Amino acid sequence: MWSGSPLFPEAASTIASRVDAVFFFLIGVAVFFSVLIAALILRFAIKYRRRAPDAIGEVITGGVLLETIWTAVPLAIVLISFGWGASVYFAMSRPPEETLDIYVVGKQWMWKFQHLDGQREINELHVPVGRAVKLTMTSEDVIHDFFVPAFRTKADVIPGRYTTIWFEPTKAGRYQLFCAEYCGTRHSGMIGQVVVMEPTDYQAWLSGGPQEGSLASRGEKLFSDLACNTCHRPDTQGRGPALDGLFGKTVTLQGGETVTVDEAYLRQSILTPAARITAGFQPIMPTFQGLVTEEQLLELVEYVKALRSR
Amino acid sequence: MQTTVAALPPRHYLNDGFGIRSWLFTRDHKRIALLYLATITLFFFIGGAMAVLIRLELATPAGDLVTDETYNKLFTMHGVMMVFFFLIPSIPATLGNFLVPLMIGAKDLAFPKLNLLSWYIFVVGGLFTLYALISGGVDTGWTFYTPFSTISSTSKVVPTALGVFITGFSSILTGLNFIVTIHRMRAPGMTWFRMPLFLWSIYATSLIMVLGTPVIAITILLVAAERLFHFGFFDPAVGGDPVLFQHLFWFYSHPAVYIMVLPSMGVVSEVVAAFCRKPVFGYRIVAFASVAIAVLGFLVWAHHMFVAGISVYAAMIFSVLSMLVAIPSAVKVFNWTATMYRGSISWQTPMLYAMGFIGLFTIGGLTGVFLATLAVNVHVTDTYFIVAHFHYIMVGGALMGYLGGLHYWWPKISGRLYPEFLAKLSAGIIFLGFNLTFFPQFVAGYLGMPRRYHAYPPDFQVLNVLSSAGASILGVGYLIPMAYLMWSLRYGRAAGSNPFGAVGLEWMTTSPPPTENFATTPVVAWDAYDYKGEVEGRVA
Repeated sequence: MWSGSPLFPEAASTIASRVDAVFFFLIGVAVFFSVLIAALILRFAIKYRRRAPDAIGEVITGGVLLETIWTAVPLAIVLISFGWGASVYFAMSRPPEETLDIYVVGKQWMWKFQHLDGQREINELHVPVGRAVKLTMTSEDVIHDFFVPAFRTKADVIPGRYTTIWFEPTKAGRYQLFCAEYCGTRHSGMIGQVVVMEPTDYQAWLSGGPQEGSLASRGEKLFSDLACNTCHRPDTQGRGPALDGLFGKTVTLQGGETVTVDEAYLRQSILTPAARITAGFQPIMPTFQGLVTEEQLLELVEYVKALRSR
Repeated sequence: MQTTVAALPPRHYLNDGFGIRSWLFTRDHKRIALLYLATITLFFFIGGAMAVLIRLELATPAGDLVTDETYNKLFTMHGVMMVFFFLIPSIPATLGNFLVPLMIGAKDLAFPKLNLLSWYIFVVGGLFTLYALISGGVDTGWTFYTPFSTISSTSKVVPTALGVFITGFSSILTGLNFIVTIHRMRAPGMTWFRMPLFLWSIYATSLIMVLGTPVIAITILLVAAERLFHFGFFDPAVGGDPVLFQHLFWFYSHPAVYIMVLPSMGVVSEVVAAFCRKPVFGYRIVAFASVAIAVLGFLVWAHHMFVAGISVYAAMIFSVLSMLVAIPSAVKVFNWTATMYRGSISWQTPMLYAMGFIGLFTIGGLTGVFLATLAVNVHVTDTYFIVAHFHYIMVGGALMGYLGGLHYWWPKISGRLYPEFLAKLSAGIIFLGFNLTFFPQFVAGYLGMPRRYHAYPPDFQVLNVLSSAGASILGVGYLIPMAYLMWSLRYGRAAGSNPFGAVGLEWMTTSPPPTENFATTPVVAWDAYDYKGEVEGRVA
């Protein structure tokens, strides 16, 4: 309802109006109490101003009823705020089942995007309207933060791990993307745009870009270039675990622990293989720390994910 | 009640020895308080000068006044100076030092030499940081987030970190001194529940200083060690966890917010009682609220990290705990307001600051509830909404309380009165300038303007121009008290022992007090703020 107002940001995702609703509730609470306190202070200050130089105030040491009320009422309000805020946060944190997956790598001072079909973009991200988009993000250097005000969502982009964020754009248009975590000299230049397109325009854009092969196919090539396939063979005869159909499964580690094979586990297994070895295998895999870039890591991860359906 | 005196008492702590040595080797808590006052005022104006440059740069969207590198160093040093070298020591080290012994009827703090040592440590820490500033500056933000601070920044991180590390010991020693003094040196009859509420808040603050500061000290050492020796504490490339730093940093730095604001709350309790001439409504509840804030303050640090990849359930726990801090804070606001009901309210300068504090702290506290609310936090964290919020707490709250306290006890400290009209005028200027500076930043924040941006999209310019205009008004507002307080040191009228007709042991000795504070140790047979008893002659 406030869109277009210079005092209020545009709302262009499914979650935005839910965040705004909580925000308006809090504004109501804040205005009510600020005005109440200010009015009482001014009223008392005028009404009970000192009339004679030696006058003293009436001795009132306290009141149990009043103290109870002004403890209980704020408590009730903040608990409502907590519950409401938490339920929206829960929705923000849980992407729906079906998402359009895109990978993001932040570095000083740019955003790099990789689409599953193979398109790469810098500082500009094209997505279709009306589809839930899930970004899996990491950083090559320091902590960054992916922030699109119009979507009311934000998440840190942290070196050494994957974080995710999702949003479902509701309106075609161009929206500002900011890095919101201070990341060094040109932090304020680490900005870009999210271009939300109608689905048909998006399809046209997808097919119009340069084709370097899909992300998974680049991962497959890398998988053989790095000779991963000499140990990770599909026939379970290899020295490393077979990867077909592995993603999303729960495997037992040496020592009896279990782990669900997700992006983070794959990443760790490539960079520090000895950390969590699958039961029945030897810790013989060398580390690939420093040998693969964050983007190549994502290609490998995507390749292993693609093996899920084999 | 008002005693008219033409001159200062013949003998007091200010004329008990002259020359630089009588100050640098003093063990008198009142003189040490003045040493701190001079030092933190210097740091305040250095930090303030940086704020001026920041606001000048942000008057236009393009980054055209200073380079991005310089801008980043400016906001870093502004934060470091204001937080570690002004706000944290502000009330405790000046007013606290001056008043703790006076308010409990003691001759000095428990450890006078330790008190002097803590000032020297503070100065050494400050010099380290000034060296870092002059020799090139530091660009990590006052939060020193890793791995930027350990592997990426090429600026003077280690000297700054060491400066903050060293200063921490001054904080710990001061806190320790206050705790022991309040436990052991209260005058006969001065029971815990007869103490002025200022002492309860100083006591709660001291607990945080003693318990929290070691954590930041260790954290900062880890940063320095990783920078110098490439240990893998925080750098993921060598097995560290960058987010671990944030847990450690905020474990201290969130409670540190209460180090800044609790003493101001104590000042407000004193000022409201004195200028309404009645007891604080709900004395015990206000006292316990200080302690509750200090304790709860240690349990909420991860609310700075809701977008830093912590789990949904951890976020929920920290959200609800953060909400709970709002309760004792709200209770205090209601109790101060209720104290004014049927008071005998005098509109003198300290009371103006106290009323300003209550209003601005209310806004600061309520916007804290916005930030504790998870869904809203995600959108506004790391934006100007945060900047506005914490300036409402730290400047609108802590600094207003400090200025109110400084004006309230200035006649006691200096023995002289400041020009009341100028003081009221500057209190008004500060209030207006403050709101004009920081209120637009709430709007800019919700619109999505990220903090720590050297250049910004032109859409945000109007709000930033308002903010910069407000900052120039605010700057003037700070210079005026600086000028007339200095002036009053020499030319102000003698104040007499109790110019405001207030009740409290500090008003029962001369202004300025003698070195030993009281000719004879007072015996206390009355509750705090017993104005009725005073009129009836029971307080003496």
